[in-house]
Amino acid sequence: MKYTLTSLFAGFLFGLGLIISGMANPEKVLGFLDIAGLWDPSLAFVMGGAIIVGLISFTFAKKRTLSFLGFDMKMPTKTKVDKRIVFGSMMFGIGWGIAGFCPGPGLVAFGAGEIKGVVFVASMVAGMMLFEIIERKRARSA
Amino acid sequence: MIDIAWSQFTPGTALAGGLLIGISAASFLLLNGRIAGISGILGGLLTPMRNDIIWRVAFLAGLIGAPIIWQLFADLPAIEINAGYPAIIMAGLLVGLGTRYASGCTSGHGVCGLSRLSLRSLVATLSFMATGFLTVFVIRHLIGA
Repeated sequence: MKYTLTSLFAGFLFGLGLIISGMANPEKVLGFLDIAGLWDPSLAFVMGGAIIVGLISFTFAKKRTLSFLGFDMKMPTKTKVDKRIVFGSMMFGIGWGIAGFCPGPGLVAFGAGEIKGVVFVASMVAGMMLFEIIERKRARSA
Repeated sequence: MIDIAWSQFTPGTALAGGLLIGISAASFLLLNGRIAGISGILGGLLTPMRNDIIWRVAFLAGLIGAPIIWQLFADLPAIEINAGYPAIIMAGLLVGLGTRYASGCTSGHGVCGLSRLSLRSLVATLSFMATGFLTVFVIRHLIGA
């Protein structure tokens, strides 16, 4: 129950942060990515602000095996830089540059009732399903 | 030479929102012991495992609920989506597929990964930033010019 509530709280706070920062507005995101046009560097401050808090929290987290609520710390275990992370990220960046949506802002636009936000989220979920299908086929043929 | 769009530059709200995102990620990390990576939280629902569903749904409900609750009290800041439907669909497919291959997106790699000084996340962030900048350049200055 606690775990569910803190998840809800964290998601809500994340959404508020996206709205306040301007990150939930694709046109603003594209203004940041358009370095050759009139460049709006605002979103660098979003990343900067988030990472400052993040850096502090991870120095606490690194020393712990249990969270403050007593749950297991589930940290990523992969350390290898492989083709999947490079090409996957490159693919993601192309999609990000086309519409100005990454997953979080897409979900916020969905919640705001924007039809294009709904279409983006549906397409994103379809892309994720495609990944599962491809991976399952690969596992079977391996 | 870079031209800054001073009229659109909003460092104050950008920083404030960024700090909130950081606090969200920090509370999720310190309270629940998990990385607040949105593509991973969503993608994990497609291969559901026991005891691994409700927290994901709760996080996403909070995220989707934020603009809904906001609208009860104030007007939502503009969400300007100028891409057409074919572009939106193509973008969604690429973001969905790409983030799953990369095991993360702007939140998981860009915010959390960089915060924990992960080399993988640094490579991921540089990769999606590079193609993001390049894609906008191609669309706005090569095709659109």
